[in-house]
Amino acid sequence: MDYTTFLWTTAGAFLTLCIFSFLYKDNPFYKFAEHLFAGLSAGYFAMILWHNGLIPKLMYARLDDGNWYLLWLDSSKPWYLIPALLGILMWARFSKKYQWVSRFPLAMYIGIGAGMAIPLEMRARVNEQLSAMMRSIDWSHFFGTNGFNLLDTMSGLSQSIVFIGAICGLVYFFFSKAHTGVFGGMAKFGIWILMIGFGASFGFTVMARVSLFINRMQFLDQRWIKPAIAPSAPWWYELVLYFVAAVVVAYAAWELAVFLRRKKNPETNQVI
Amino acid sequence: MNIFERLMQLDRRWVFLLLAIVCVITYASSFEVPILVEPEVRSIFQFIDTLPKGSVVFVPMDYDPGSMAELHPMTYAIVEQCWRKEFKVLITALSQNGPGMADQAIREIVDSLKVPKTYNGVSYPAREIVNGVDYAFLGYKPYPAIVILGMGQNFRLPFPLDYYGTPLDSLPMMRDIQNYSDIACAINISGTNATDYWISYGQGRFGFPLAIGVTGVSTAQYYPYLGSRQIFGIMGGMLGAAEYEELADNAGNAKDAMRVQLSAHLVIIAFVIMGNVGFFATMRKRKRGLAEGGR
Amino acid sequence: MMKQQIPRLIVLVFGAFLLFQFFVPHESSEWIYEFLLDWTIIIGVFALAVGIWSLFNVHVEKIKTKKFGWKYSYVTVIGFVGMVTFGFTSQNGQEWGWFFPFVAAVLLTVLMIVQAGATKGNALPFLGAAAFFALCATVIAWLDTTWSFYFQTSVPLQSFMFRRMFDNILISLHATTFSLLAFFIASAAYRAFRARNIMASLLLLAALVVMSRFNPYLEPIFGEHVSRLSNWLMNVPNLAAQRAVIMGIGLGMVATALKVVLGIERNYMGKG
Repeated sequence: MDYTTFLWTTAGAFLTLCIFSFLYKDNPFYKFAEHLFAGLSAGYFAMILWHNGLIPKLMYARLDDGNWYLLWLDSSKPWYLIPALLGILMWARFSKKYQWVSRFPLAMYIGIGAGMAIPLEMRARVNEQLSAMMRSIDWSHFFGTNGFNLLDTMSGLSQSIVFIGAICGLVYFFFSKAHTGVFGGMAKFGIWILMIGFGASFGFTVMARVSLFINRMQFLDQRWIKPAIAPSAPWWYELVLYFVAAVVVAYAAWELAVFLRRKKNPETNQVI
Repeated sequence: MNIFERLMQLDRRWVFLLLAIVCVITYASSFEVPILVEPEVRSIFQFIDTLPKGSVVFVPMDYDPGSMAELHPMTYAIVEQCWRKEFKVLITALSQNGPGMADQAIREIVDSLKVPKTYNGVSYPAREIVNGVDYAFLGYKPYPAIVILGMGQNFRLPFPLDYYGTPLDSLPMMRDIQNYSDIACAINISGTNATDYWISYGQGRFGFPLAIGVTGVSTAQYYPYLGSRQIFGIMGGMLGAAEYEELADNAGNAKDAMRVQLSAHLVIIAFVIMGNVGFFATMRKRKRGLAEGGR
Repeated sequence: MMKQQIPRLIVLVFGAFLLFQFFVPHESSEWIYEFLLDWTIIIGVFALAVGIWSLFNVHVEKIKTKKFGWKYSYVTVIGFVGMVTFGFTSQNGQEWGWFFPFVAAVLLTVLMIVQAGATKGNALPFLGAAAFFALCATVIAWLDTTWSFYFQTSVPLQSFMFRRMFDNILISLHATTFSLLAFFIASAAYRAFRARNIMASLLLLAALVVMSRFNPYLEPIFGEHVSRLSNWLMNVPNLAAQRAVIMGIGLGMVATALKVVLGIERNYMGKG
């Protein structure tokens, strides 16, 4: 690994450790890293918007013949001036007096979004799901497609649970009628099914969150530590590693000293 | 204060420390966890594996570095499989911090193809992957819903230029590709709600075969779409990525991470059990105290 | 009339057209539809620029009013301006020349302007310093040929500094910030995940089954049953629950979109 790559990776590793220091408590290292993240993220997004969003749609029209044009006044595609002006009108939101001007492009945007959403969301979320629910239940293989198997997802029993569970789940969300009697019983079964669904979601969420931490460990190990201690690495790579470790240890020692020197109110046992 | 009350008031930093120690120790060890492949992941692998040579696979990489841990391994496994089998890959990145990461992933996968490899008993020679011939990276545009609908008319509508500023018409690969009817399938790998738009607006309006790779947080909510056959497969989180790596015989970061996942899960399950034991014990003590006070 | 009725009319016209176009994909309606999609992307780019400017503004305000943690806002401003500078420039060869002094001059110019706005006393010294640094930056940009500005092409997206800042710094910061969630979910599971009643117990059991799905240590005791139960859980009760949720969301989205198109829902217009 060449030295510039190693130094850049070290910077990334150091900032990683700064963010992890938040697990102990909020501190200047974390605050620095967090604010840097906000600034870099905004700057990066601005550049992506410019180079990928604006240039190809507005300025590209100018590149065809290499001539200069004034802003977006391009004789071959003059109509692009209109959405550009509408977009600029959005910035009127910053003025208290002329804020209402930004409603025009926003209204166009909202109208297009809402108009598109109605048929497509209805089809994908409602019609297709209803259609899937209306498939006939396999009564001949009710307890399993290959012999008795309650855990067979294609059996008639499982299909019935899906059908009844979805209906009862929808009944639970219907608040225009009191959840009493048979209706209340269906709603109760519905919430049980929903709880199983949310539990499954939670199980996957735990896996998701843990994998984010594992990735950071893999980064620190494979991209920083291993290349630094590899036999082919220059001697000072390891020194940089020890320096960063020393900073971490020094901060931990300082926090430990603060912790040990803390005073507690003897009556309430609270830290003063 | 008895032990259960102490446990209930345990500073959360001890929980953090224990989890971190267990994860680091497991990471440093080297045992393998067997991966059981689910049908919903297998269907994606089989679909791609049986495509004819020269097929165009669309891989929208709609995720940020925050979801990279779970979704990068999927991307690497799928794109490498496509390039080894000499498919063409069309890539977009419809999330705001995603394009640079997609660019980095493309560079790393291109480098990995410079080495011959054997997967599932089949030997693949080294390949030089050329931008514009073997892949086209379209880049980013805001508002995925509009972009997805626009690409359905023509890819050039939202993307007249690719990420590197080259006109799409000058890319050899894009000459025969106008819209979704020219692609074999789309494998949306997403950590945002772009997947909802791909299903509703993309697959819903244009009907192309769609599979998804999503973070663990969102996995459970897309199973109904699998049931209604709006999508033909789901890869859920790092486990889904590990299953795909297992199928592709291309062990990567996901498979490597499974042992740490296992131990972390065991620790969290232990915490949950401990928390509930403490909860019921303190509840019983409180009820006994109330009963005695009532007498 | 102008401020309220015309935006509502715009929403109605565009919303109704897009809804109509879905069912009548005639050539002429397709042509207008493509036009609108094209325009919406351009307007969207300008709208997002509002968000970026807002972030920058918030931190400048924080510095001006000396709110809690105001010193870290300088880090955000430096990160933002630095990334934008790297996003508009690129090396012409292997040499760096006076590129980094140019970046420093740009950063100091912006910081002096921010300071001039923040100072309660005489702002002239800061404005003078800003003008001096701006002049230095201009002279360097004029005379140094080892690097160039690129406003109209995507060359800077592949430049060394822009790539390194993203690959090594921004990715590390972003990924690590999210990886903290691994610890918070462990702590939340320990403190809040209680089997207080039947519903909570169902949720807990479902989560435990899903989390245990790939645990090889359970196989000698339970065999394949845990992984099969987990698979059944995801494909049957979870599917039923999520189907109910999706259909509920779909119906809600369609109802809201209809209300927006018909002008019943007007929250997007803000006050006035």
